[in-house]
Amino acid sequence: MNYFPDEVIEHIFEYVGSHRDRNALSLVCRSWYRIERCTREKVFIGNCYSITPERLIQRFPSLKSLTLKGKPHFADFSLVPHGWGGFVYPWIEALAKGKVALEELRLKRMVVSDESLELLSRAFPNFKSLVLVSCEEFTTDGLAAIAANCKWLRELDLQENEVDDHKGQWLSCFPDSCTSLVSLNFACLKGEINTGVLERLVARSPNLKSLRLNRSVPLDALQRILARAPQLVDLGVGSLVHDPAMETFAKLMTTMNKCKSITSLSGFLEVTPRCLTAMYPILPKLTSLNLSYAAGIPGSDLIKLIRHCKKLQRLWIMDSIGDKGLGVVANTCKELQELRVFPSDNIGQHAAVTEKGLVAISMGCPKLHSLLYFCHQMTNAALITVAKNCPNFIRFRLAILDATKPDPDTNQPLDEGFGAIVQSCRRLRRLSLSGQLTDKVFLYIGMYAEQLEMLSIAFAGESDKGMLYVLNGCKKLRKLEIRDCPFGNTALLTDVGKYETMRSLWMSSCEVTVGACKVLAMKMPRLNVEIFNENEPADCEPDDVQKVEKMYLYRTLAGKRKDAPEYVWTL
Amino acid sequence: MSAEKGYVGLGEVGEMEESIGLNLKATELRLGLPGSESPVKSTSLGAKRGFSDAIDGKWVLSGNGKAGSDLALGKDASLFSPPSDNTNNDPLPLPQPSKPIPAPAAKAQVVGWPPIRSFRKNSMATQPPQKNEADAEPKPGCLYVKVSMDGAPYLRKMDLNNYASYRDLSSALEKMFSCFTLGQCGSHGVSSRDNSSESKLRDLLHSSEYVLTYEDKDGDWMLVGDVPWEMFTDSCKRLRIMKSSEAIGLAPRAMEKCRSRN
Repeated sequence: MNYFPDEVIEHIFEYVGSHRDRNALSLVCRSWYRIERCTREKVFIGNCYSITPERLIQRFPSLKSLTLKGKPHFADFSLVPHGWGGFVYPWIEALAKGKVALEELRLKRMVVSDESLELLSRAFPNFKSLVLVSCEEFTTDGLAAIAANCKWLRELDLQENEVDDHKGQWLSCFPDSCTSLVSLNFACLKGEINTGVLERLVARSPNLKSLRLNRSVPLDALQRILARAPQLVDLGVGSLVHDPAMETFAKLMTTMNKCKSITSLSGFLEVTPRCLTAMYPILPKLTSLNLSYAAGIPGSDLIKLIRHCKKLQRLWIMDSIGDKGLGVVANTCKELQELRVFPSDNIGQHAAVTEKGLVAISMGCPKLHSLLYFCHQMTNAALITVAKNCPNFIRFRLAILDATKPDPDTNQPLDEGFGAIVQSCRRLRRLSLSGQLTDKVFLYIGMYAEQLEMLSIAFAGESDKGMLYVLNGCKKLRKLEIRDCPFGNTALLTDVGKYETMRSLWMSSCEVTVGACKVLAMKMPRLNVEIFNENEPADCEPDDVQKVEKMYLYRTLAGKRKDAPEYVWTL
Repeated sequence: MSAEKGYVGLGEVGEMEESIGLNLKATELRLGLPGSESPVKSTSLGAKRGFSDAIDGKWVLSGNGKAGSDLALGKDASLFSPPSDNTNNDPLPLPQPSKPIPAPAAKAQVVGWPPIRSFRKNSMATQPPQKNEADAEPKPGCLYVKVSMDGAPYLRKMDLNNYASYRDLSSALEKMFSCFTLGQCGSHGVSSRDNSSESKLRDLLHSSEYVLTYEDKDGDWMLVGDVPWEMFTDSCKRLRIMKSSEAIGLAPRAMEKCRSRN
């Protein structure tokens, strides 16, 4: 029932940005659905196979910004074989055909060919922003097309992509008339770039706020670039290696002193620790610091750096900082909200982190809500303490390097520790487990983790009960990914309706058989149930009783996909 | 239930494995029959062998004899290829390694564990190990230097890494040495609540009577405070609170040295 004319409602909807809120609006009544769909500009598709591009375009004619995710999360860890899917080309083609006025495209874990980048650069005259995260298959030729043809490009953000570097002059393809850049991130590129071209590009980009360089940009070039961009807010240093001409170093220090706006710092893919003194002028203002790729900085230097970073909200660092270093973080970074500690290659060294570091952090950083922690060991006592100190966790991901390690003090599984986490952190949305775990931890999760949306399980549990606790208890579960657990057909088939309330389920190296997957697929036509048969010849029908190596199922309105490779059977 | 029977657990450890020096229990993959054995101790047989460390190269373990499942770790193999049928209810027989397991030198790990993005993994793989250019020794976590004060009966030691700036250092020195300047020396050392002695020391230090100096890597005595803090901690070998009368001529040398070195 509308008491306002459409235009008024439209205007009100303009203030509603988040996808969830928009989705909720569209469910209220038919006319709200209609108004909402006509005014929606940003759409997020968590699984590119859940819907066809044509259907999307039909529903949202005003589409300007599209976010797409392709491969399942475990593809990050080499569990999805090559060629599985997630091709962006059909999407770009459809958007072009549908004459969508696309301005922004954000892709994660998708296969992006040069061809698609080429098409993208030509088909959308207003295109402004391209963000590629963990994508593959494109080369610098594709980037050259984007640079050359996107007249109003504001953002080119490449994060952790596997890019074939043809060492062409893609940067030179930005025409002189391109002055609109706000964000340029090419840290993941492996090849050389022409620093002169880069400097000139930076010089004619007065709005440039974010610049992340790759390791080929040396110290002297960094200094010249920064001298032209004192307005930068986010800087990714490629390489900071000792320059024999100390004048350059002194110049860099002077230049850094003029960069008063930098609040985010990352990179240091190659670094001489001594050169880090150049960064000290900007450390006190930093809110975000990512040193997770800076393998060249020893723990003691990390600690020295951190002491100056009193305003940090986000810290990504390597475990070479050690428990003691995390203690320093806890004492210094009182505003810390997100912490990620990655394993360095020095496995076995005493400097790595244990439960002690995490406890220290929990005591010193009450605002912490997101954690990714790779460590050598964890204890129940520590987790219980952390749960008490930090009840605000939204994301809690623990990866013990020894995946099934029990509590080293008591030799007990970590059920109680994780139980404490889910019981205390009522707002928990994402959880990753590791260590020795029985079915009990899943009982706790099912009981307490009411807001849980994503759960990652590996080498845990004892029986189907574990998985059932989770499926029955976690009402808001959207993504469940399981590997190497003794969950089988009963767990899979007890509540098949549940999967339509979720985005996807991944199970690999579990106890599920082909027969059970077939039953599931038959009962639920709006699910795609894919099983991967890498070891069987393609024409060989698997036996019903055979265990499934890898299964990925997801809800979809698009039906069975047509681009699956040979080894993928959609049942 | 197949879930309970189907897994080739590495729970059983026989004498054979122990004599080879292989402790399968150390692999801690508790996927065997529930309640079949007590929790695995990861510290049996001395070495704390983690899950990944214990798996080296290709392990070929036969399962129940019937299915003969191979537990091979290769690029695309997952950890367990469960046997296609497992009808026996007996506890699984001893897994028999078909070849002697070498000491875990290389770290061949389970596919996808620890869960690090392959981009990051590849990136680390191409990284050179931590550069130790001029400083050949690994940087220690602490940096203890001797601190002496002219006229004090004994020296102290302090960890420069505990301080982030000259000011921190200076206040720490004030606390440490205040008892000496006034002849007050409690058996428990300096009382930090004794403000008057500290401020007296501060006055002394800031007045011309005493000067804070340090010996650098080349053995030269330098005035503290000229160079950036980090450069100072890098080169400082010991500290000396020196009487001003002895400190003449130190200051100009410090800057010159800094310039010529860099």
